[in-house]
Amino acid sequence: MTNILEATHVTKRFGGLIAVNDLTFAIPQGSIVSIIGPNGAGKTTFFNCITGFYEIDEGEFNFDGQSIKGRSPDQITKMGIARTYQNIRLFSYMSAIENILAGMEPRLRSPWFGPVLGLRGTRIEEEKAAVDANQLLNFVGLRGKGDSLARNLPYGDQRRLEIARALAGNPKLLLLDEPTAGMNPRETAETTEFIRNLRDKVGITVLLIEHDMRVVMGISEHITVLDYGEKIAEGSPAEIQRNTRVIEAYLGRGAAGAAHLGLSHQTETGE
Amino acid sequence: MTGMNWRHVIRTGLLMSLIVLLVSIIGMVETFDERDLVVGYLTLGQLLLFAPALFGGYRTVAREARRSPVSTLLGGLVAGLIVAVPLILLVLLASAWPGIRTYFPNISPALLDILSNGQGATTTGIGLLLLEMGLLGLIGAAIHLVPGALRRPLLTALLITSAVALFSDVPLNIANELLDRSIVRILFGTKGLTLAAAVGAFVISLLLAFWWDRSGRAALNRRQATQSPTQAARNRRIATLALLVVLLILPRILGIFLTNVLDQVGIFILMALGLNIVVGFAGLLDLGYVAFFAIGAYTTALLTSTGDLGLGMSFWVAAPISVAAATLAGIILGIPVLRLRGDYLAIVTLGFGEIIRVLVRSDLLKPVIGGAQGILNIGRPSLGSFELVTPQQFYYLILLGCILAWYIASRLRDGRIGRRWMAMREDEDVAEAVGINLTSTKLLAFSIGASFAGLAGSIFASRIGSAFPNSFELLISINVLAIVIVGGLGSLPGVVVGAFVLVGLPELLREFAEYRLLMYGILLIVMMLVRPEGLWPSAVTRREMHAAEEEAAREGIHPEEVQPIT
Amino acid sequence: MTTSQRLRTIDWIGVALWVFRAVIIILVIVGTVRKLFFGAGTQYTASDWIDFVVSGLSQGGLYALIALGYTMVYGVLFMINFAHGEFFMSGAMTSTVLVAGTLSRSGFMDEQPVIYLVLVTFAAVLTSMGVALLTERVAYRPLRRAPRLVPLITAIGASFFWQYLFRGLFGGDLKPFPVPAILDGRVTILGLEFLKTRVVVFAVSIVALLGLYLFVQRTKTGRAIRAVAEDKDVATLMGVDVDRTIATTFAVGAAMAGIAAVLWVLVFKQANFFMGFVPGIKAFTAAVLGGIGSIPGAALGGLFLGVIEAVGPPLFLEGLGLPGAHQLKDVIAFLLLVLVLIFRPQGIIGERLAEKKA
Repeated sequence: MTNILEATHVTKRFGGLIAVNDLTFAIPQGSIVSIIGPNGAGKTTFFNCITGFYEIDEGEFNFDGQSIKGRSPDQITKMGIARTYQNIRLFSYMSAIENILAGMEPRLRSPWFGPVLGLRGTRIEEEKAAVDANQLLNFVGLRGKGDSLARNLPYGDQRRLEIARALAGNPKLLLLDEPTAGMNPRETAETTEFIRNLRDKVGITVLLIEHDMRVVMGISEHITVLDYGEKIAEGSPAEIQRNTRVIEAYLGRGAAGAAHLGLSHQTETGE
Repeated sequence: MTGMNWRHVIRTGLLMSLIVLLVSIIGMVETFDERDLVVGYLTLGQLLLFAPALFGGYRTVAREARRSPVSTLLGGLVAGLIVAVPLILLVLLASAWPGIRTYFPNISPALLDILSNGQGATTTGIGLLLLEMGLLGLIGAAIHLVPGALRRPLLTALLITSAVALFSDVPLNIANELLDRSIVRILFGTKGLTLAAAVGAFVISLLLAFWWDRSGRAALNRRQATQSPTQAARNRRIATLALLVVLLILPRILGIFLTNVLDQVGIFILMALGLNIVVGFAGLLDLGYVAFFAIGAYTTALLTSTGDLGLGMSFWVAAPISVAAATLAGIILGIPVLRLRGDYLAIVTLGFGEIIRVLVRSDLLKPVIGGAQGILNIGRPSLGSFELVTPQQFYYLILLGCILAWYIASRLRDGRIGRRWMAMREDEDVAEAVGINLTSTKLLAFSIGASFAGLAGSIFASRIGSAFPNSFELLISINVLAIVIVGGLGSLPGVVVGAFVLVGLPELLREFAEYRLLMYGILLIVMMLVRPEGLWPSAVTRREMHAAEEEAAREGIHPEEVQPIT
Repeated sequence: MTTSQRLRTIDWIGVALWVFRAVIIILVIVGTVRKLFFGAGTQYTASDWIDFVVSGLSQGGLYALIALGYTMVYGVLFMINFAHGEFFMSGAMTSTVLVAGTLSRSGFMDEQPVIYLVLVTFAAVLTSMGVALLTERVAYRPLRRAPRLVPLITAIGASFFWQYLFRGLFGGDLKPFPVPAILDGRVTILGLEFLKTRVVVFAVSIVALLGLYLFVQRTKTGRAIRAVAEDKDVATLMGVDVDRTIATTFAVGAAMAGIAAVLWVLVFKQANFFMGFVPGIKAFTAAVLGGIGSIPGAALGGLFLGVIEAVGPPLFLEGLGLPGAHQLKDVIAFLLLVLVLIFRPQGIIGERLAEKKA
């Protein structure tokens, strides 16, 4: 099995603070992998490093056999990594369909002056993009809501729309930052199923940051645990549940009940 | 007397009296008195003096429930009398102590004459002033006693009549082109309408407004509702065609003076369409935009001038080169500011604009571009042996430029790049994360915006025939920005409306140029307070500007707790 | 393979910026070297250079005083108060025309020059504060929740409004400011001669800057201002009246501008309705140089800008052999503004982050 993403000895510092420390990590092609850890463990920072939003200080990232270190976020996205945000970041004043169209940027090819000259290629591409965007809208369960402003959608729909926008660019790897945060148990179950489908039916590899252990244990094949920017454990869900260091890390931060890692339903937000 | 809120009456009166006092002592009343609205009956200065009392009287009731006619009138009367008080004090003070003019040069004998109806600080003069203001307050309040069905048409007609009288240059010039001299003389004085014309305008607009309120609006709505989509599309095509025809024959109807005004409006529309791309579409606040206008103008000047500094080329060769030069400058000045956001971008572009202004004036570049003496004898565009000289001829060139710019801007907005601009405007980080290359997206906005300004500058230089540094002050940048904002950020029709309001109207009131920027400042503030989305907003801007309010209202948050967005 | 890719992804904007920076630095160095070692342009004596520095310092003190208003308002509202230059202008105009004019004509100035200066300052400070409070109340406060562009526009509007209102009130011509005879001539300090006005201006600015610093650090109001700058919500919870505190911030900044206004007319001996614009931008530059939001930063930034502006044209501009070097004084300030914002938006002195990272 080949790895779609390999991080080797990645380190990211902010001034004196080491946010990600010497992290080595791989995501096998076609898998669902989760990163967990207490608040402030550096999970979101790690996402920001993968997507190029932060420049890493040391180490190397390889995606699909190519180095992505030093590339800008838009280049990395165009190579096939898409993401969502912990606190949803849609283009609030654009409609749902416009959000998805913006997400299609990596696969659009027509030149900017196409519409001015009325180029045929541009017209065809735009028409196809509109059709695809509508399909994607239906796929994530937002049928008929294409013209609503993103900010006017209910919370759950916004999460879905954000995923749709991420999918619009045909990514190979999807990074989801707490996709079930703030959802009720039913919505959480739906989202979990949805993510599984993405992998099974669409064939997208998924990297997940998640606090809800039911989701994590339920769908991941592989889990990495971070604490203070360092990897403290790695393995299958069953292995992680038994790992004493992991339990310590959670208990040490005073997260009550965290010892029952596999049972905790709490949805924590904020990092 | 129940239901009377005297504090409100007094406060309204005081506020209006402050306004009247200010417009008097800064000289507006006196300057504006030279303009007749209705020849022999009403000057603009008097209107300025009377309007606050009238409005004050009207406002005494505006926010309150119904009450007896007597107390309504009494409230208006009191407010009117309060408005008179500071003016009376001013008259008394100024006549007792003429030395006040060394401090406030605009408190002149002429002003006192206007205030006291030529009577000076006598009992008659003061009595008249008091009577006038009281009466106006009374009339203002009395508007509320008019039956509702008539009140709106009445106000509308008053407004329209004042507007027609104020901008009587427009109907006058058109009438001069189309009508017989003798009829023109019946309708217009040298400045302003005759009484007959004013009454006529009032009656006609009253009837129209009345009809519109009763049945016109309903009829139109009905027709629009019953229209089939194909019909609607056909009607829109017909309307567009009609507009085009009107635009083409406009110079014939308007005459030289108005076409000249129209030309200036057109050049500003062209520039504003460009800045609208930068600020409205892409959300990059650029305060140094005039630099590109200047580059376009100076390039054309250098290439076409037959003077010492010029090369004497044809305008048709020079114009594309000028546009290219401005575009290139847009990219060059765009690169250093790529990573700046918001306010900082605004200040840096302002800095660039100022640097270019100082350089243009300096001895350093004088051998090349003429310093403060500028460049003269700029070539005019010619078609074969036919040379564009008159405002009417230039009008078509400007119109062509505007239509081209409009077309480009609207197609880009609806295409892929428009979406990229919009996304970037909303959230730069996320835009980059969905695969949008910020560098090219920003540089495209800067350079396309700059190219429009370059074209505007090129036409401007060849129309004026010369290029001087003082045509390219910061004020132009602010002016264009104001057009974009007052019209409505991101809105193409807004740009046109904005240019007519901010360039066209002041051009018609040229003799009051010294108060132009004062009005400008007030307009910008009032606009942002009352209608921040602009006169003709784009859909997106309207949503944004009112979102914060709705949100706060919904969640019951206090205004000061909410951080500014973007 | 990876190497070639890395080469391809080299950040070419970074390269362009680096070139831009290098060119400027080289020009300054070449100019300075040519001036100092090869004697390009006019020859200046040592005392000329001292004069340049001293006038730069006193000018810088003025920039610093005006810069405080920008920096404090930015600190509490994250907003560039474009109209701040007009607060300065209003104080200068009013005190020059109404107070200084009257008192000099009546002979009071010559009898009581010190009281005269105090009264003039008083009038300037009051006017500036009044104008600032009005502007804040009408043009800024109702828009605190609006998109950031909106208050920036009203600020530009307010700027025009005040300029042309004062032009209407007092007229558009230059208003001479009568300077009392005691400030004429030069004074000798440490064996060096200085213009008296320059010394007074510098001393008063330093005292005012220190006073403001103590005010913000030591008084209850000062603490409230700092609390609001830190976090409005928390400040509210601690019982701080945010609206009042913001208004106070404007008033205090304007008071400094009022003091600067009097010192300005002492140096330049005239006032005009348009006088606020350029000092406004320069002072903003000073605030940015020092790291906007920082009070000591604004002070140092002002002094630095003043000196650079005074020394720059004779030193490296003449050294480069540019004609009309003194005309380009403003270019130095604007260029400095542009360079700092592009390369070090946090300022060259201050530590404070100017823009919070998303």
